[in-house]
Amino acid sequence: MSAFAEPRRLWSNALADRLFGGLARGAALLTLASLAGIILSLIIGAWPAIREFGPGFLVHNAWDPVREDFGGLVMIYGTLMTSAIALLIATPVSFGIALFLTELAPAWLKRPLGTAIELLAAVPSIVYGMWGLMVFGPVLARYVQQPLQALLGGAPMLGALVSGPPVGIGILSAGIILSIMIIPFIASVMRDVFAVTPPLLKESAYGLGATTWEVVWRVVLPYTKTGVLGGIMLGLGRALGETMAVTFVIGNMNQLGSLSLFEAANSITSALANEFAEAAPGLHQAALIYLGLVLFLITFTVLVCSRLLLLRLQRNEGKRA
Amino acid sequence: MTQSNLSPKPDAPDEPDISSLPVKLSVQDLNFYYGKFLALKNIGIDIPANRVTAFIGPSGCGKSTLLRTFNRMFELYPEQRAEGRILLDGEDLLASRGDVALIRARVGMVFQKPTPFPMSIFDNIAFGVKLFESLSRIDMEERVEWALKKAALWDEVKDKLPQSGASLSGGQQQRLCIARCIAIRPEILLLDEPCSALDPISTARIEELIAEFKTDYTVIIVTHNMQQAARVSDYTAYMYLGDLIEFGETEQMFFKPRRRETEDYITGRFG
Amino acid sequence: MKNDSARMAHFLRRKRTNRVALALAFAAMLFGTFWLAWILWETLRLGFESLSLSFLTENTPPPNEPPGAGGLANAIRGSLAMVALATFIGAPVGILSGIYLAEYRPQGWLAVTIRFVNDLLLSAPSIIIGLFVYAVIVVRFQQFSGWAGAAALSLIVIPVVIRTTENMLALIPSGLREAAYALGAPKWRVILQITLAAARAGVITGILLAVARICGETAPLLFTALNNQFWTTGLSGPTANLPVTILQFAMSPYENWQHLAWGGVFLITLIVLGLNILARTLSRDASS
Repeated sequence: MSAFAEPRRLWSNALADRLFGGLARGAALLTLASLAGIILSLIIGAWPAIREFGPGFLVHNAWDPVREDFGGLVMIYGTLMTSAIALLIATPVSFGIALFLTELAPAWLKRPLGTAIELLAAVPSIVYGMWGLMVFGPVLARYVQQPLQALLGGAPMLGALVSGPPVGIGILSAGIILSIMIIPFIASVMRDVFAVTPPLLKESAYGLGATTWEVVWRVVLPYTKTGVLGGIMLGLGRALGETMAVTFVIGNMNQLGSLSLFEAANSITSALANEFAEAAPGLHQAALIYLGLVLFLITFTVLVCSRLLLLRLQRNEGKRA
Repeated sequence: MTQSNLSPKPDAPDEPDISSLPVKLSVQDLNFYYGKFLALKNIGIDIPANRVTAFIGPSGCGKSTLLRTFNRMFELYPEQRAEGRILLDGEDLLASRGDVALIRARVGMVFQKPTPFPMSIFDNIAFGVKLFESLSRIDMEERVEWALKKAALWDEVKDKLPQSGASLSGGQQQRLCIARCIAIRPEILLLDEPCSALDPISTARIEELIAEFKTDYTVIIVTHNMQQAARVSDYTAYMYLGDLIEFGETEQMFFKPRRRETEDYITGRFG
Repeated sequence: MKNDSARMAHFLRRKRTNRVALALAFAAMLFGTFWLAWILWETLRLGFESLSLSFLTENTPPPNEPPGAGGLANAIRGSLAMVALATFIGAPVGILSGIYLAEYRPQGWLAVTIRFVNDLLLSAPSIIIGLFVYAVIVVRFQQFSGWAGAAALSLIVIPVVIRTTENMLALIPSGLREAAYALGAPKWRVILQITLAAARAGVITGILLAVARICGETAPLLFTALNNQFWTTGLSGPTANLPVTILQFAMSPYENWQHLAWGGVFLITLIVLGLNILARTLSRDASS
């Protein structure tokens, strides 16, 4: 007895197989195409500005649509500075949260707290931005900025950092709000990364009489350092590219008047958000796209590093397993 | 392990000599590679029709690998490659340029772990049939019932055919997989350690099935359990490190192995 | 004896360090949850106040009207249309690509490259996506449009769906695939009827997460869909949408607009959290 195969059916199967495979491959190739498209469209769009200002654009402090004199220093500074503040706050806090979630929290609390952190990572950034503008800004001005000015106003160096109108808008507020936004991201990556430490490794350290802190600091952290770094970089990538949480509170001033963290400033993303739709085609728009290109290159580099680090952890994990 | 554990079926008729039986599957000069690693070395064996042939040997000996060449399963993995000939009724299935589906319709396979598809019990069986035949609803129902009866599962599931296949117990799932396999009416059944994930009672039921199947099919079973090989098979092949060491009647293999290596393995001095 | 006391002192010092460090970790947890609780609380409080029936039925009002007049109906409608369209475009493409990565030579150089690039796109700044779509669609058709907005959103959906689909398919035991192939099933059937069906819950989870993500995305809409004060039926012109309306109203000095912005933020938060919770329960049910 042989199978009652109908050749026609098999033939159409082969065709369907090829068709389906081609479709899947085509869809997957779209990913590469969109990356290439993004880079290309940014370069083409920015070309007039690149030709006009060259790399000096990056350090040129000017933004004058009337005289068509553009330089990205203010926005680039704003983007880097807000992200730096965000990272400075978010890294230790996230580490603490991850430590708490993996080693300290009682079992019944681990899951709900972990879930809560992950849910908060999903809250849209516009919520953070609006809260920052309407609720947090005034509080910051009243209870942090004014006392700080009173305290440090006369001091050299530090005085410059806290000068300016204490209205709760500017680089400091943007940085703080960014940090609140990226804490859930970094914390949940760190927690996941900590969880890959083999229990045997931790147990043998505990077996020697190490304290919880020593186990985390001397065993877990060294074991997972690439992953932890990757998580921090992922958070940095978020912070650099974030639009809404920054646009609401940075103040949108295209001038670098002083080094003050209280002064209204601008970032690449908020400049794009505020000006792009209304910018006249021409040099103004090209300069904005130039800024976008710079932002893309910065975040791209950060994200590539982050991915490579996380991949390395995975691969090591695979080898050891 | 002593030989008394391996008591043969007391009233089993003497099996005829292998060479006098019609050959269903003839393996000739078969070499198999995982990448560069040679996993099967120059295998040659004639598997008789309508008998149960068991492959035994320590893990890593290549018995499962060999089984997976019989339906060209290895082709799913680009780094695996087979050289040589495997003649199914005289036709080389490795060289066949036709659709591999045709071979797999004739050579069915049941795996170590039960693999119910994510669909109803009925559709689990109908899935395979539909691949090759366009049956009317009534004919399909008949076929499903026939296959489930063959696999001794009908009485247990006849009232819950629309339920998910995953809702069955492990032993039932494995019989579902067997039913699914025979529903497309293959000529050869490949069983890759079909009982390794099952409890003793489910194992016994499947072994009963195997004994019944040989009137209709050529059954080839890979097992790491020597008693199982002794219980269910007519012929046994012993493999070690990619070599086929010895092949013969099961009774002879277990009581008068010709090769020293086989004897060591059978008596538990090794492996 | 002296040695012993030195050891004891060392031991106590270690214990003290440990206690301080753990207290700090606890403080970090409190610090983190404090902000987040505050944000959610204000959103719920201020948002809830501004909810009313007109909120859902009336269009965005002009500035300086008394609070309570007008609503966000046109913005909600525009957002719904764009999110739905973006999902209908993005989900199939994402699922197909995920299938390619998981089922066709997952370790081949092409799959490895695409996976890497996809991870980058997953966290690329969404405003850059907006710039890209602006250059490709808005400039070409000389008009801001809801179509462009949906295109930008779909570019955000795709990486999310690719990632989850691939991960879910990779979890399907290879035995299931082999069993289907062993029956002689062709690859497309094995994928569509067996592996994808087995990973169904996970794939749907991924789509829900992607929808949740684009519900609140603002940046990519700023120069694609733009915004609109009126009720529009198509997507061919500037299209009102929730996030951009919220941005515009919140930044405005008018009290009635700010009021509505809180309502909008409340609505978005509710939808996003709801979708996330739904996705979680779904994937938990599937894995158990």
